Amino acid sequence: MAIAWHRARLAARLPQTATARSLVFTVPGWPGHLPGQHVDVRLTADDGYQAVRSYSLAAPADGDRIELGVQTVPGGEVSPYLADDLPSGADVEVRGPLGNWFVWRPEQTEPVLLVAGGSGVVPLAAMIRAHRRVPSSNAFHLLYSVRTPDDVWYGDELAAPDGHLDVRIVYTRQAPSGSPRGAGRIAAADLAEPVTRLGATSPAYVCGPTGFVESVASLLVDMGRDPATIRTERFG
Amino acid sequence: MNSFSPGFQGRGRRMTDRLPPGQYPTEQFPVLSAGPTPNVPTETWAFTVTTETGETHSWTWDRMMALPQQETLHDIHCVTRWSKFDTRWRGVPLDAFFEDVETTADYVVVHSYGGYTTNLPLEDLLDGKAWIAHTYDGYPLSPEHGGPARLLVPHLYFWKSAKWVRGLQLTDEDEPGFWEGVGYHNYGDPWREQRNWGD
Repeated sequence: MAIAWHRARLAARLPQTATARSLVFTVPGWPGHLPGQHVDVRLTADDGYQAVRSYSLAAPADGDRIELGVQTVPGGEVSPYLADDLPSGADVEVRGPLGNWFVWRPEQTEPVLLVAGGSGVVPLAAMIRAHRRVPSSNAFHLLYSVRTPDDVWYGDELAAPDGHLDVRIVYTRQAPSGSPRGAGRIAAADLAEPVTRLGATSPAYVCGPTGFVESVASLLVDMGRDPATIRTERFG
Repeated sequence: MNSFSPGFQGRGRRMTDRLPPGQYPTEQFPVLSAGPTPNVPTETWAFTVTTETGETHSWTWDRMMALPQQETLHDIHCVTRWSKFDTRWRGVPLDAFFEDVETTADYVVVHSYGGYTTNLPLEDLLDGKAWIAHTYDGYPLSPEHGGPARLLVPHLYFWKSAKWVRGLQLTDEDEPGFWEGVGYHNYGDPWREQRNWGD
């Protein structure tokens, strides 16, 4: 059976950064999804013209509610409209869930390494939030690369104490004053400590822009991680 | 008036005759890969066609480069919804690898360095419809785009154009490849929008 388009009503829009938003939609008939999956969003203009883009689901399945992460692409056809112009209570169409590879399942019990670049944190946030619902699970280790402190998504949530979530944020352009690590891209030294917490078959999920994912995945392979344990999702 | 996305204007109404349904044009060349990019030196590269009876035909990099080469221009379409017009490739048409291959198989499983697989009917690879491509836009194909060599099957969604290709297994029965096994459409015709199971 083909994956159906569903009517999705904008229920809430929350700022994450100056240019990023969380959008919560209610989707009657939503079939549910796995952490890490994404949806297609379809917009329709009055002359019938349609545009479709993919957005990651930022939270685990919650009845008919889904949360997406939207990073505005300057001059983009779809993202500026979703981020700022779609009225609250208005409808779009969504199709999904999509992507059955870059997923974490609650029955997975190994420690997990998550490596996010910029808005690549969105599908990893769904995994983190799903992991919180599982009692006495192994730890998640999140290494999150952003340009500046103003570019952190889910800041309060990631800063909240959580014995099963280890969060390290690295800054590529400008680190907070007094930060022991200067600004710079993720290097082997940043991955070394979290990698020691993994087992041989523990999965690593790496999501971000293509160059970021290429770099991090290569570092992990060079550190001896089995390539078959590294799952990637790239954009741009 | 429609009942969706009030106020949305949109762009991109041009070139719709070249754009399959649900796609948008991009000037960039995005990357879709399930895992790390494998390092594949041309010194040890080999491309092997294995028939349904187990007979093998292999080419080293130098033997592949000694085959007749073609320059070829195509629009390519990714299931993640971008399309790129007029991409320019250089490579060897698959027909050249099949001159001495005896087979009655109808299907192919394509194997890549790094473990990726994809499946398609053999007829979609022959008669000038597919290439082993090693050059993109005048330069050696970069590793993240499948270098040193990838399959190029431009009439199907681009996940069928396996990066880091190392061989073809001819089969009597159709066997799902990597993405085909986790939800992507078995055939993947962009003009019929065959993205997922059931499309």
